[in-house]
Amino acid sequence: MIEGILIGLSTALTLQNIFMVMIGCFFGTIIGMLPGLGPMTAIALMIPITYGFDPATGLILMAGVYYGAVFGGSTSSILLNAPGVPGTVATSFDGYPMAQQGKAGKALAIAAWSSFAGGTFSAIYLLFLAPSLSKVSLSFRSPDYFALMILGLTAIAAFSSKGQFLKAMMMVVLGLMLASVGQDSLSDITRFTFDNMNLTDGISFVLVVMATFAMSEALTIILKRNDPTAAAKQVSLTELGSIKIDKEDRKKMYKTIPRSSVIGFLIGVLPGAGATIASFLAYGMERNLVNDDEKQKFGKGSVNGLSAPETANNAACSGSFVPMLTLGIPGSGTTAVMLGALLGFGVQPGPRLYMTNPEIFWSIIMSMYIGMVILLILNLPLIPYIARILAVPKNYLIPLILFFSITGIYVMSFNNFDIYLMIGIAVVATFLRLYDFPMPPLILAFVLGGLMEENLRRSLLLSNGSWEFLWDRTLTLCILLTTAFIVIWHIYKNFKRKII
Amino acid sequence: MNINTTKIISLLFFIFSVFYLYTAYQIQVFAFDENAPFNAKTFPIYLGYAGLFFSGLKLILPDPETIKVEHKNLEYKKTAILITIAIIYGATILKIGYFLTTSFFLFGSYYFLGERRWILMFLLSFPFVAAFMYLLHGVLEIYLRDPFLKLIGVMG
Repeated sequence: MIEGILIGLSTALTLQNIFMVMIGCFFGTIIGMLPGLGPMTAIALMIPITYGFDPATGLILMAGVYYGAVFGGSTSSILLNAPGVPGTVATSFDGYPMAQQGKAGKALAIAAWSSFAGGTFSAIYLLFLAPSLSKVSLSFRSPDYFALMILGLTAIAAFSSKGQFLKAMMMVVLGLMLASVGQDSLSDITRFTFDNMNLTDGISFVLVVMATFAMSEALTIILKRNDPTAAAKQVSLTELGSIKIDKEDRKKMYKTIPRSSVIGFLIGVLPGAGATIASFLAYGMERNLVNDDEKQKFGKGSVNGLSAPETANNAACSGSFVPMLTLGIPGSGTTAVMLGALLGFGVQPGPRLYMTNPEIFWSIIMSMYIGMVILLILNLPLIPYIARILAVPKNYLIPLILFFSITGIYVMSFNNFDIYLMIGIAVVATFLRLYDFPMPPLILAFVLGGLMEENLRRSLLLSNGSWEFLWDRTLTLCILLTTAFIVIWHIYKNFKRKII
Repeated sequence: MNINTTKIISLLFFIFSVFYLYTAYQIQVFAFDENAPFNAKTFPIYLGYAGLFFSGLKLILPDPETIKVEHKNLEYKKTAILITIAIIYGATILKIGYFLTTSFFLFGSYYFLGERRWILMFLLSFPFVAAFMYLLHGVLEIYLRDPFLKLIGVMG
């Protein structure tokens, strides 16, 4: 492992890669601060640029964007009560009241230090857990992988917002349907191409991500007459005050951070759960664990109440890399985008990544840590200035997002059919978004579609077409029982609320 | 059953799944693969049935949390204009080239979104695209075909 860490450090600490982490964190913070534009959009916009680099550098850039976006989301939660990403909603419960008391700088500092500490702890957990899990996952067979993918897709649907399970499952099926377009991987028979040569190779992953996130988000902003830059304009005018944290507050954070990091990391590892659930759980747990005096302060600017969700959401971000790096199965929409990008580089994540491309495996882990250091050193003092950059009018921001989306697709294929296809998918996605159909399950399914079919094919061929493979192996059965438990628990929970 | 737009979307998805399933059954597989436990149409057929199942459930189950969209508050005109500009962009990029098409796309988008600061609009379109092109072409070595720039001798 020491050798791996050194490989990772030597890759991540090159001048080019440090510069990439800085660029990524900076760009991510900018996008993350804009309510409505989250890490997935930020990463999607970066993908075409990353293809100009080697895989390790490209992924380092994307990891920087991811952390930057989460940090940017916390900033708008604290200063404006307008979370940039769902994972930072719980941050606003105590961060915003603290900012209203004239302690915005302190709230931002607590959030930044908690994120940093949460990230540090989870990087340590990742460091120890990922190689062991990689070795364990070598024993996984096709039926286990197939069952794991079913679990991941069901979980992301079950953990979507209240009353969205069926909508999310429809999006999962739509994602899988889109992934089935093009040549069959084994027989080369074309499917759903309608004799259009442009569809023979299937629909590009970057195209789907750009259309469903970057482009459709830009269209939604125009359609709903939102102005995400209004928030940034207010941030640039906010008096932040001191960013010093006093001794008493530090003491409180010392207790909160370790326990919140554990819960955040574990929730992040679970497929589909992610930073939002982690931050809410950590907030709830913290409220139960503190003394009665501190409990009274929750919702009114409590240090523990701010530190817990911030630690947990950053720890969950690192945790979500575990299934992607070790099993090749992303646990969240964001890591699905990163997995798609990795596949684009010709790198197949999974247990063998640890052995075949150790420089990628370890440099991602190391760069996460470097990213957090950069966020703390550079972005925290720079927040008011970043906000000033962001205060560009919506009339410029939207065309620029559209420009990066369309150019991103054009430079990958030099084909105008892809531009039309992207516009078509973006229009449908914008309409679906209006009625709360979630997009992350679609992306996750699109990325997993090919792998899922491949593993089902192998399982069925090995068992001579019998579905017994689903219960032949204990591991497969356990994974499927977990999936069934999640579905039954979800139905029961919603039956009680009479919402499905 | 209360009919709302979510139900209509579910119905459309149901119809789409029927079409998908029909197309999946039409996929021509090799003769020796016809009776194999798994062939090129097996997975799409399962997906078609899954689409029917979930959209069917959404159609028949009650939907107490109805999403209400105030259509009169939505900005359809500007959205449609932006989409049209993007389609025109797609139609012209191969003939006119990246530089002019992209610059006009940006300039037009700023204009139709209500911007009237001409100098800023110009700076954030033509010089901006030129700088971006230099980044792609000159730094990242991504070749961009541009008949216009070739004609005036800027690009080889």
